[in-house]
Amino acid sequence: MATTRTEEIQVIYERPQSLYDVNMRFCPGCTHGTAHRLVGEVIDELGLGDRTVAIASVGCSVFAYEYFDLDAVQAAHGRSPAVATGIKRVRPDSIVFTYQGDGDLAAIGMGELIHAAGRSENITIIFINNGVFGMTQGQMAPTSLLGMKTTTTPLGRSAAVDGVPMQVCELLRTLPGVSYLARATMIDPKAMRHAKKCLRRAFQTQVEGRGFALVELVSTCPTWWQKSPLDAAEWLRENMLPAYPPGVFKDWGEGETDA
Amino acid sequence: MSDRVIMKGNEACAWGSIAGGCRHFFGYPITPQNQIPEFMALHLPEVGGTYLQAESEVAAINMCYGAAAAGARVMTTSSSPGIALMQEGLSYMVGAELPCVIVNVVRGGPGLGNIAPAQSDYFLTTRGCGHGDGSGLSFAPYSVQEMHDWTARAFEIAFRYRTPVTILADAILGQMREPCTLTPWTDPTPMECDWCVGGVRRDRPARVVNSLYIDPDDLEAKNLQIFERYREAAEHETLWEEYGADEPDLLLVAYGISARVCETAVDWAREAGVKARLLRAISLFPFPTDPLREWSERVRLMLVAEMSMGQFVQDVRLAVEGRCPVELVGRTGGNFLTPEEVLAKVRALV
Repeated sequence: MATTRTEEIQVIYERPQSLYDVNMRFCPGCTHGTAHRLVGEVIDELGLGDRTVAIASVGCSVFAYEYFDLDAVQAAHGRSPAVATGIKRVRPDSIVFTYQGDGDLAAIGMGELIHAAGRSENITIIFINNGVFGMTQGQMAPTSLLGMKTTTTPLGRSAAVDGVPMQVCELLRTLPGVSYLARATMIDPKAMRHAKKCLRRAFQTQVEGRGFALVELVSTCPTWWQKSPLDAAEWLRENMLPAYPPGVFKDWGEGETDA
Repeated sequence: MSDRVIMKGNEACAWGSIAGGCRHFFGYPITPQNQIPEFMALHLPEVGGTYLQAESEVAAINMCYGAAAAGARVMTTSSSPGIALMQEGLSYMVGAELPCVIVNVVRGGPGLGNIAPAQSDYFLTTRGCGHGDGSGLSFAPYSVQEMHDWTARAFEIAFRYRTPVTILADAILGQMREPCTLTPWTDPTPMECDWCVGGVRRDRPARVVNSLYIDPDDLEAKNLQIFERYREAAEHETLWEEYGADEPDLLLVAYGISARVCETAVDWAREAGVKARLLRAISLFPFPTDPLREWSERVRLMLVAEMSMGQFVQDVRLAVEGRCPVELVGRTGGNFLTPEEVLAKVRALV
């Protein structure tokens, strides 16, 4: 005889409401999926889903509007901070965030990024740094490491020809308009928890009207790093994190901190 | 308070935009149109609007793209080199079907050129709005009053057809002063907008403003949809004006400041015993093809007057389809046509 359960089933873990119930296209071992999830959780927890506008950039982020159940605008390559500025100035009560890769944000979009930060636009920028152009199949990015072999640095990036990698957080920390600035990664549960805290703080910055917030998420690209998912995570730990050390660079609540 | 004042074309354009409901402006300094952003910087805050000087024309057009996506009546203004920088953003607006008003106060080109007047951005305007098919709609004022009137009208047109609308002016129109009747500023009626993002989402699916259509069938369908609206605009927004002899031997065809010069040339031609008529294009896209086609069967020849190496003349020839000769009188590089030059050419041809 079947017994009837009388106690309620308590849901302790589920898909964020602000993510659609679809499979994502990302490659095995890519941390975009994790990043999307963390952003979705933060938006849910802060209750922002019904007034958030996501800006999809150009790159592997281009399909963000297929994954986030949010109003969304597709921006041209690099222009997301300017598009975000336009939306936020028209709809100051909306929560506006961009989601940009390293080519989008630090190559073509560097000008728009720096000026949005300089103006202290009340927006939130999520910067996915995996040191390579993913969608276009593996070219060098401003954050590619020295010696890194990419499709446009087949002999390895050389400082003499291509300059040295750019540290976006270290660059932005000099701007007074930047209110919250942090770098995190997502390659293990502890890192993910820290990344989520940073994302939450970055969105909270906008909710409270405190100014410009950016979280850099050091990420993997197993396909173009030509590594297995597990090897890519190890390579990130050993090579990317020393070049892009995690930390909180600026926090409006606690004053400027050393990374 | 309907004022009759003497005003610069640039200022009248700016006033007209606020009368037309513009409450957001993103721009960048460039000669010879700086009076427009300066006017907007001073007056938009008075009417509860937002003025922001962007860090470049690239940033400005993308701010307009965002503002338009959020449903705002937004404008940017620039001159030829800055408009060139905006082409990417304009293409995205065409593809994402966003309304926006753009004013191009054309200067001498190509390259850095100079700050004197020209009409050498006709192609950029009617073939442009960036890469891909679709050029948005465009209109050419020819007086300070029209700088006011056409800019005021442009926002409603932009929303009706969900398209960028370019007001094509030049350094003379921008800088000259004429009497002008101003429309008072009132609180704008909200535009109908079931596609824009932002605001509080209550019981509706997420909206996406986008120009990416991976499937070629989808992208082709989108292009057809956009061009269907252009076809509709051709029915309702094609505009031109005619002036001069009823039975002309020669039809002058021009737009903008060159048309002002041609009006004087028509008068002087009549005094000299030559029957000339001017057809002034006001809408550039949609182009006044039908009246030109009709006149091509009634006149001995047409003379196009424009301040370029010959851009507008090509569309006139397309409309005429070889039914009569189409000649060109022009100056470029910042030089402008005089009535004497136009009359001399008329007399040489007739």
